[in-house]
Formats: sequence, C-alpha cells, structure tokens
Amino acid sequence: MKIDYLGDASEDNLSLLEIPYFLNTVRVGWPSPADDYIERSIDLNEYLIKNPAATYFVRVSGDSMINAHIGDGAILIVDRSIEPGHNKIVIASIDGSYACKRLLLKPKVCLVSENPKYPPIMINKEEELEIAGIVIASINLY
Amino acid sequence: MTFALVDCNSFYASCERIFRPDIKKKPVVVLSNNDGCVVALSKEAKQLGIKMCEPWFKIEKSFLRKGGVAFSSNYELYADVSSRVMQTLENLSPKVEVYSIDEAFLDLTGLKDCEKFGHQCRETIDRWVGMPVCVGIGPTKTLAKVANYGAKHYPATNGVVDLTNLKRRKKLMALMPVREVWGVGSRINKRLNSLGIETALELAEIDTKLIKRKFSSVLERTVMELQGYSCIGLEQQPKTKKQIVVSRTFSKKVNDFNSVNEAVSDYASRACEKLRRENQYCKMVSVFMRTNYFRKQDKQYNGFRSYKLFSPTNDTRDILNATRHMTEQLFKENINFIKAGVMLSDFYDEGIYQGDLFRNIDERINSKKLMTTIDKINTSGVGKVTFASQGIKKPWSMRRLLKSPRYLTNWKEIPIVR
Repeated sequence: MKIDYLGDASEDNLSLLEIPYFLNTVRVGWPSPADDYIERSIDLNEYLIKNPAATYFVRVSGDSMINAHIGDGAILIVDRSIEPGHNKIVIASIDGSYACKRLLLKPKVCLVSENPKYPPIMINKEEELEIAGIVIASINLY
Repeated sequence: MTFALVDCNSFYASCERIFRPDIKKKPVVVLSNNDGCVVALSKEAKQLGIKMCEPWFKIEKSFLRKGGVAFSSNYELYADVSSRVMQTLENLSPKVEVYSIDEAFLDLTGLKDCEKFGHQCRETIDRWVGMPVCVGIGPTKTLAKVANYGAKHYPATNGVVDLTNLKRRKKLMALMPVREVWGVGSRINKRLNSLGIETALELAEIDTKLIKRKFSSVLERTVMELQGYSCIGLEQQPKTKKQIVVSRTFSKKVNDFNSVNEAVSDYASRACEKLRRENQYCKMVSVFMRTNYFRKQDKQYNGFRSYKLFSPTNDTRDILNATRHMTEQLFKENINFIKAGVMLSDFYDEGIYQGDLFRNIDERINSKKLMTTIDKINTSGVGKVTFASQGIKKPWSMRRLLKSPRYLTNWKEIPIVR
C-alpha cells in the first residue's frame, strides 16, 4: 500500500484556525532558520467540510451499506447543498425515518443497499423521494 | 434603498422537524421552560385552534389525541440552526443584519430582480438547512416587514413579496391591521384605534407632524418608513451587550438555602461564560430571588441586591464569591422560592479599566488560562466541569421532559440512520 504523507494533524481541533504561537512573541537572540517555513497545521475540518452551513453528521446503525465501506457505527458527513445524482450515496427519508442508501436514477429511480441481504426500494413517484443530503465521507474508527 | 427581511416560519417548531421526517405534516408545539406553556407552534397546530402562551396542562390531552407532537425547548438545537440560516444568507448577500434568532435584514440596494433573489433565498435555505422562510422586500425596513407579513399570510405569494411597486404596497397595507406594523405595540395600537386608525395604510397617510406631536418621534419615523422614506439603516455590527441576565424558574418550589445557593451559583457560572464570550469584564453583580405570585396562600417575597466589585473581572470565582455573599443576605427561612437570577452589568473591555492608585489590583494569576480551559471543556460536548457550589443533583433545575436530542451540537446525540 502506498501512503502519502500530508503533514501533522492539528492537536487542537477546538480552534478552527491555529496561528503558530511563536510568531507572536518577541524573540531574543538569533531567529530559528526554520521560522520562515512555518505553516498552519492541518485541519481535518478544512479537508472534510466544504459548506459548514449545510453539513451535518449522522451515525450509521446496521450493515446495509457494508460493501460501500460504511459499517455499523460509522459517522457520515452529509452535505445538503450538493445536488442529488445517479450513483450518489444519499440520506433519504423512508417511511418517516432517515436511511443511508445509494441513489440510482436509471433505468428506474430506486434506492439500493450495498448488501445483497437487502432488496432495493423502488420509487414510483418522484414526490415520494425526499433526499436530506449527500454523503461525502464516512469516518470509521479502528 | 432596498431592504429584504428574511423570517423563518414557526422557527422552533421547524427546527424540531429537520431531523424528524415522520412529523413533517403533524401539528407541532414547543413548550417554555419547565414545560409550562406553548411558545411556538406549527401551522397545523394553529389550525387546531391552539394559541401562543396557552398552558400545556390544559391542552395536553386533546392535542396528543389529535396526533400532535410536543417538545421542550431545545436551545442548543435552535441556536445552531439559526447560525446556519445566517451563514447561508451571508453566502447569498454581502450585507446582512442578524435581527433576532429567526430574522435577518439584507440590504439589496442596486439589485435588479429582487423577487427572483427572494425565491433563491427561500430555496437555498430550505435545501441547505431544511428551514422554511418567507422573504419581504421593500424600500425601507418597516416596509420589508409589511411585505413579510403579506408573504406569511397569503400562500399565493409563494413566500416572497416585493413591495417596490406603490400600488401593491397600498393594497397590502389596506389589509394589514395597524398592530402588525413594526414598532406599534399594544398601547400605541389602542390609542391609534381610538383615533380611528385601524390599518397600516391609514397610519401611513397621517401627517407626520401630528404623529410627532401626539405620539413620539419614534412613531413618526415609523410613519415615514411606511411612506417609503428610509430612516433606519442596516446594522451589521452587533451591539456589545450592556448587561447579561441569567434567570430560571425552578421545576418545583425550593425553600432550603443550599438549593437556592446552588441555583444562583449555576446561573452565575453561566452568566460568566456569556461574559467571557463577549470578551468583557464586569464590575456590578446582582442577585434576585422571588416567590410564586400566583400562590396567594404562600408568604410573598421578592429580593434584589447588587454588589460592586473592586475591579472588573470575568473570573467565575470572583463572581461566585459575590453571589454567595448576596444569597446569604437575601435568603429567608420558610419562604417558597420559585425563581432566582443573576445579572452582570457595568462592563469594561479588556485592559481599559484604570486601577485605584492606592490599592493593588489583586488579579488572580492564570485566571484567564483557567477560565479559557473551563470554557473549552464545557463547549467540547465531551463533559462538563463545574464549581462545587453549583451542586451535583440539581433537584431545582428545569423540567424539560420532552426535549429532542441535540442533533447538531453533541456527538452522542447526532441522528441515527439505517
């Protein structure tokens, strides 16, 4: 497996924007030659969330999406501002509760699970389908 | 000038629906602190004849029988949804004034098709946040409010009304009772009615000089705004607060010193958190506590006391010292308390205060660090740290039996999907 090193993760995810603290203090003596290369530490929020006003988190219960690497207990990041489209993983309202499914628009509109145990749900009228956002990432803790 | 007022429809009730598709069409009410009375209701609940401020115990049975759903106030959820609505608006328009938790004014001066923009606002907020809103547009803030009234009351408008056109403006104002005009309270309404002024249009057509003489220059400004002369501009900078009050009604009557002191300490800590969020320091601390006016059989008592601190602070420990002192003075045996509160006032910015020449300002070492750490822990959603005087069991604390999960602000309560 090939791994790209992206940098160190922020220690402190409470502050959204970290300013390296020694830029603010008065230094005495020789400055460190590394100071010119200081960058902000990497912020996971910045990577995962494009539109904070439209993004929320849900927790998965069950194994219906296991073949899309979404297991029981995973946390999903859902963006409501993205247009639903063919093959997108969505949060849909089914019988009054929210479920995570893959949306297929062709040949017929339906919601499918990523687990052969569960049959697809056919959508007969478009009004019956309510999408509460597109799943843009899944977080699994090991 | 062109202003728009964006106002959320039945805000609290709509918040409760975002993560509950099963109650999308059901009557929904939200209850006040201690589940006392109705403070918000959906359109469907209104159609059942339920009114604002109705006591919950009176309507509970029949409302639930008719398929209604009730919630205790979930302020964590409402605050988060509100900030999302405002963020979305800021994405759509550069000039936004957050007017209240569920309303914002926009300055649309120079925009060509305002009505189209209004529909765009509605659709975007509905899609991004799941919140239904109405948009009113007019040449003044007061007329934008009038337009919003029209958008709310006439479904044919599709939730957007533009009153740039004078004819349209007059037509709507002729239908609008004068008490619905922004700035007309119930007392002014009565006086206007007695002068034969019943509608917004009748108010708009009065001579402004007469209004100034008979009422006030504030109402004169309202009349001018109704006539289309903009007098109230957009305020984008939120005003710094002048005082912070935290007070609550207890879930049951309380008559022992420890419980009262716990409650006051708890409110004081909360007030200090708010003070620090505003980056302010305060010098005046007040405590008040009272009995239930409606229990005529009880001995009545209403106590208020203030304490001026030696120097401005936002350290919870300093405030707690002061409130403890005042609570001891205010508390009386054999009295059934129903409400208590803490007020902080006389604010200073950081570093602005001039100390007393002859005394050292006994600023606590590391106070700022400690308070910042406490605030961080308490907003992290993981756990809470409190001062011992706030108590542990809190038997006096608010009753919120019907509260929905904090879907957006607590990892443990985020929605579950299957």
